[in-house]
Amino acid sequence: MNDPLHVAGMTFNSRLLVGTGKYKDFHETAQAIEASGAEIVTVAVRRVNVSDPKAPMLTDFVDPKKYTYLPNTAGCFTAEEAVRTLRLAREAGGWDLVKLEVLSDPTYLWPNNPETLKAAELLIKEGFKVMVYTTDDPYLCKRFEEMGCVAVMPLAAPIGSGLGVCNPYTIRIIIEQANIPVLVDAGVGTASDATIAMELGCDGVLMNTAIAGAKDPIRMARAMKLAVESGREAYLAGRIEKKLYATASSPLDGKFF
Amino acid sequence: MNIILNGEPHEVPEQTTLSQLLTQLQFDPSRVAIEHNLEVAPREGYHSVVLAEGDQIEIVHFIGGGSLF
Repeated sequence: MNDPLHVAGMTFNSRLLVGTGKYKDFHETAQAIEASGAEIVTVAVRRVNVSDPKAPMLTDFVDPKKYTYLPNTAGCFTAEEAVRTLRLAREAGGWDLVKLEVLSDPTYLWPNNPETLKAAELLIKEGFKVMVYTTDDPYLCKRFEEMGCVAVMPLAAPIGSGLGVCNPYTIRIIIEQANIPVLVDAGVGTASDATIAMELGCDGVLMNTAIAGAKDPIRMARAMKLAVESGREAYLAGRIEKKLYATASSPLDGKFF
Repeated sequence: MNIILNGEPHEVPEQTTLSQLLTQLQFDPSRVAIEHNLEVAPREGYHSVVLAEGDQIEIVHFIGGGSLF
């Protein structure tokens, strides 16, 4: 069924976005991404190893022509660090579509909202198309939309925690008010978590640890692909109401007993 | 002459340009990005930017990363 995801004027068939970190090697990274069906992959920007120029690079295994590289600012704790990182990313790859993530503390990796707002404003002025990682705060998500962000990505739970959608209520409100895509980012632990996010009406889900940290990452990547598709289909199909009492699903007429 | 390359002191000949630096280090210019004293150095200008004593250079590339470190 044709039900593409539209972000910043681009169209994608997959609603699952995956990170490329934490895999045992580039080979496993490539296989897991392939199995996930993802078309957008997040990447980090780091120093090259000056003493080893011939070391294999991510781009050798995950083709930037086949996948949309979404440079992110993971590991940045200030607006300045994030903006510097993404300016370099734009120069390295030539892409305007970026994921902004500014964190506040190493224990919860909680989004640093004041610094994220500051960075988003600067980046949008410089022509970046910003997908923004944020807390699941409906007001803040609205602010990011009004500033001109192309997508909001509220957390389901802290990064890498695998706790799933901790606050479906706020995610629902965010979706209800948004005129830009809402993607749950961070906190997914297993397939049902991704399905729940999609059933709530999210436009997509971004994950890394849930796949890379699974015992069999390639199998989990496939599970996540199916989970996101299932959740989306169930959302579009429209679920039945929850009721307190049973309703027979076989006709009562024509009984012979 | 000394510059700071990716946070470490690094010796280069006088009048070294950014493209010469990349050649010396054996990096493919199309696969990296350079920050020169906190400003992005546009790729098309690598041959004309001459390094000066104490310049801070960051050479970066894309690595695996998600919503984590």
